[in-house]
Amino acid sequence: MADFSFWVIFSNLLLAARWTVLLSLIAFISGGLVGVVLLFLRTSGVKALAWFVRIYVEVFQGTPLLMQLFLLFFGVALFGIELSPWAAAALALTLWTSAFLVEIWRGCVESVPKGQWEASSSLALNYVEQMRYVILPQALRIAVAPTVGFSVQVIKGTALASIIGFVEVTKAGTMLNNATFRPFLVYSLVALIYFALCFPLSMLAKKLEGRLNVAR
Amino acid sequence: MSPAETRPLVEIKDIRKSFGPLEVLKGISMDVAQGDVVAIIGRSGSGKSTLLRTINGLETFDSGSISVDGTPVIGGEKELKALRRKVGMVFQQFNLFPHLTAAENVALAPKVVLGAGAKEQAETAREMLEKVGLGDKLGNYPSQLSGGQQQRVAIARALAMHPKVLLCDEITSALDPELVNEVLRVVETLAKDGMTLILVTHEMRFARDVGSKLVFMHHGKVHEEGDPKTLFAKPGTPELAQFVGSIG
Ligand SMILES: Nc1ncnc2c1ncn2[C@@H]1O[C@H](COP(=O)(O)OP(=O)(O)OP(=O)(O)O)[C@@H](O)[C@H]1O
Ligand SMILES: [Mg+2]
Repeated sequence: MADFSFWVIFSNLLLAARWTVLLSLIAFISGGLVGVVLLFLRTSGVKALAWFVRIYVEVFQGTPLLMQLFLLFFGVALFGIELSPWAAAALALTLWTSAFLVEIWRGCVESVPKGQWEASSSLALNYVEQMRYVILPQALRIAVAPTVGFSVQVIKGTALASIIGFVEVTKAGTMLNNATFRPFLVYSLVALIYFALCFPLSMLAKKLEGRLNVAR
Repeated sequence: MSPAETRPLVEIKDIRKSFGPLEVLKGISMDVAQGDVVAIIGRSGSGKSTLLRTINGLETFDSGSISVDGTPVIGGEKELKALRRKVGMVFQQFNLFPHLTAAENVALAPKVVLGAGAKEQAETAREMLEKVGLGDKLGNYPSQLSGGQQQRVAIARALAMHPKVLLCDEITSALDPELVNEVLRVVETLAKDGMTLILVTHEMRFARDVGSKLVFMHHGKVHEEGDPKTLFAKPGTPELAQFVGSIG
């Protein structure tokens, strides 16, 4: 009987983990896309645009992700907009992710020597062309390791979506605990699943970082 | 004759430029005719680089005017793009794109700015690299080239846009002494082929032998200018005499 409920718990958690993975992927990919747009605004040299991004980053980095989720889920309902837990979670995580990625990437762009900007300017490339052909290819190499590293934060961040009722692995754990009263087993398995998702990514990030250092 | 033919290629009129409280260019005027080889010399901090960088808009200026081949140097992105298609620049630190091969470095601007096709890009890269004696290094990355070779790739890269005038800012100063000559020889060939050049240089012999005009900058002003051979033999001011003497 004990074994049976173990497998029931475990298989249900694994099924819910699909939603954790999917939410992470969506947050990471759409957060990355928004992040790229923000990066262009931030490094464009147009003061108003750069300021907009600075404030955006401060807001999303300077408030708890949980509050951002609450505001999106409960807050927009006040304006008559109904967001499903799924949409609210995806949106909040996207905005939150983009605010961190744009800062990581800005650091990488700024580590490209000024001479690269000057040389490409002198060749009559405009800002977007410079980014596309000269700056980003060099910044990307440096960006890979911290970006992969940050993906771990995104996965862990999805756990908060459980609070607004989105059934990913943490929420599934809570529900299974309520049904089985085996908190230690349930949450150990939940933790194990997060670890299994995150550990390979942090290892990969470390390896990439190491390789970059050797290349220097 | 149209006005464009009678006007100098590069016209610099009373340029002033300050960095904060420090006035670096104090009213500089200079005309550069088609085919001129202008050597700018002067002490460190006299404003040579700043002047050169105003000509292609890398540095802004506070007052005065500059025009290149009739194109005024003004701030807008479109105007700067038009200007920079006419003005090439080579830097002390080469500034090659490290993620691109020599050929790709040379072909990048033709591809991106002029919309050259693959075949045209390859031809331009080969032609320009052969011109600087690097026809066998097309596939090399900058890190696989010596300093002298890198600087020659940088020259080829600038030439690929067929500039009307080439700006060179101490392009041999970062090189080991034994590599200086290969770069100077390339520049000399360009000069002989009629390229208009404005060079900031510490190579006095080169300035005298290859330059058609010498400009001595001192405290943000053109202190003295004229024929290089004459000025080196008989400086008109004590400052130039002292400068030439100190360099040897
Ligand atoms: N971006 C800047 N911000 C502030 N001051 C600057 C800047 N660029 C140059 N300067 C100052 O302007 C003055 C002229 O600099 P510039 O680089 O034009 O001199 P230079 O004649 O090229 O000297 P060098 O022979 O050392 O290259 C110097 O005092 C320098 O410190
Ligand atoms: Mg200088």
